[in-house]
Amino acid sequence: MIEIKNLTKKFGKAVSLNNVSVNFNKNDHIALMGANGAGKTTLIRLILGYYHANSGQVLINGLDPIENRMDVLKDISFVPQLPPPISLNIDDLLGYIEKSSGVKKEDIFYYAKEMELDLQGNLNKSFFKLSGGMKQKLLIAISLAKRSGIMIYDEPTANLDPKARDNFYRLLKQNGDEKIMLFVTHRLDEVKDLVNRQIYMDLGEIVSDEKI
Amino acid sequence: MKNLILIAYLDLKESLRAKWFLIYSMVFGGLIALFFIAGITESQVMGFSGLSRLLLMYIQVTIVILPIFILITTVRSISGDRDNHTLEYMLSFPISLSQYYWGKISGRFITVFLPVFLAMVVAVLYGAIKGADIPWSIFVLYVGLLFAITMSFLGIAFLISSVVRSSEMGLGVAFFIWIFLLAFIDITLISLMMQNRINEGIIITIAMANPMEIFRVAAISLFDPELTVMGPVAFYILDSMSQLTFVLFSILYPTLLGLLFAILGYNIFRKKDLV
Repeated sequence: MIEIKNLTKKFGKAVSLNNVSVNFNKNDHIALMGANGAGKTTLIRLILGYYHANSGQVLINGLDPIENRMDVLKDISFVPQLPPPISLNIDDLLGYIEKSSGVKKEDIFYYAKEMELDLQGNLNKSFFKLSGGMKQKLLIAISLAKRSGIMIYDEPTANLDPKARDNFYRLLKQNGDEKIMLFVTHRLDEVKDLVNRQIYMDLGEIVSDEKI
Repeated sequence: MKNLILIAYLDLKESLRAKWFLIYSMVFGGLIALFFIAGITESQVMGFSGLSRLLLMYIQVTIVILPIFILITTVRSISGDRDNHTLEYMLSFPISLSQYYWGKISGRFITVFLPVFLAMVVAVLYGAIKGADIPWSIFVLYVGLLFAITMSFLGIAFLISSVVRSSEMGLGVAFFIWIFLLAFIDITLISLMMQNRINEGIIITIAMANPMEIFRVAAISLFDPELTVMGPVAFYILDSMSQLTFVLFSILYPTLLGLLFAILGYNIFRKKDLV
């Protein structure tokens, strides 16, 4: 469960989140929407423990994500909007994930295959040398293999072709039970079959929160 | 500990593949080769000859280029990862911030120290094959000094990397610190000394607080224990401590200074927003 109470985050004088309170429970599959600068990414980064809030509290399964980052992050999968230019080769990246998070490489290979990504042939290639779509598929495969209770996707389909999108939606439907799934998106129609809750943010505040 | 070693290993592996590491290794390896080709070992200047002369030359060149190499290649370690969002993804896995930070430092220490050290080993081996006398005491002192100066500038680089918001800013700060420690501080102190505005003892103490200056003086002290080439300044130093104490100080002080900066950098890293 994610509990957010009276959360405020400022960057200098700019208020990015203004006294936001919201809870996400098991089986909540949320579309987090809003214009650029609405505060969506800030909210996600606070959940992941990257930002120190000016006031308010974030609790993930009762734990503070900054004080207890190791315990909190064991149960979170995250796929960023743009895959970062990681210079490690794929084998080293998978090794990092396996050793730090206990994710089995076989599981990553399984989901990569489900996403129609050939991992075996690219193991010695640097991650940043993969195409945008391949990078995104790999990050999605890692997120699913981690089997976390909380899955956060920031515009996950931006680099995917229609076939890969279908695979992604199919895998999420198969793996979404008893989980919190949070999708940052600008287009509800892309995730409407996956979500059961829609939150709209504007100027750092939640302006609507509806069950679908 | 397992994760710290993992981060160090990955940073080391990443560095070994990078082009900057190839150039870095070639510069120090090439310097030694150049000295041999130029016949430095056969020359004699101020009583220094053979491998001692070569090591003295090597250390004099190293003091100028090693700090800037360490600063430039290391300062982007964290700030670069932050800039390109790699940090955001890599830290979404359960790695503690201390494991990440100290793992990065450990990996980077091996990367920057190893080529400089190996170049000296190659020089000694080549000298031994050519039948030259191996100046072991000088070799051991230089290894200690190189270790200390590497620690010192690694600490400074990681502190900068933790503080700055972008790697461009980090590079600018790093370059300023290098030129300040290399030249500006000396020029300022010399002008103050010439004007007799501040007590000489204070000026020499300030100069000795500079890890690059300590490195220079300690390197000279093994060839010239009385530091005669430094003139009257030698009296201030050697009246305050024995030559052995000075040599130990010249290794311990920059090492501790580097650790202090690294700890300060870590505290800033964990207290600031990560991305």
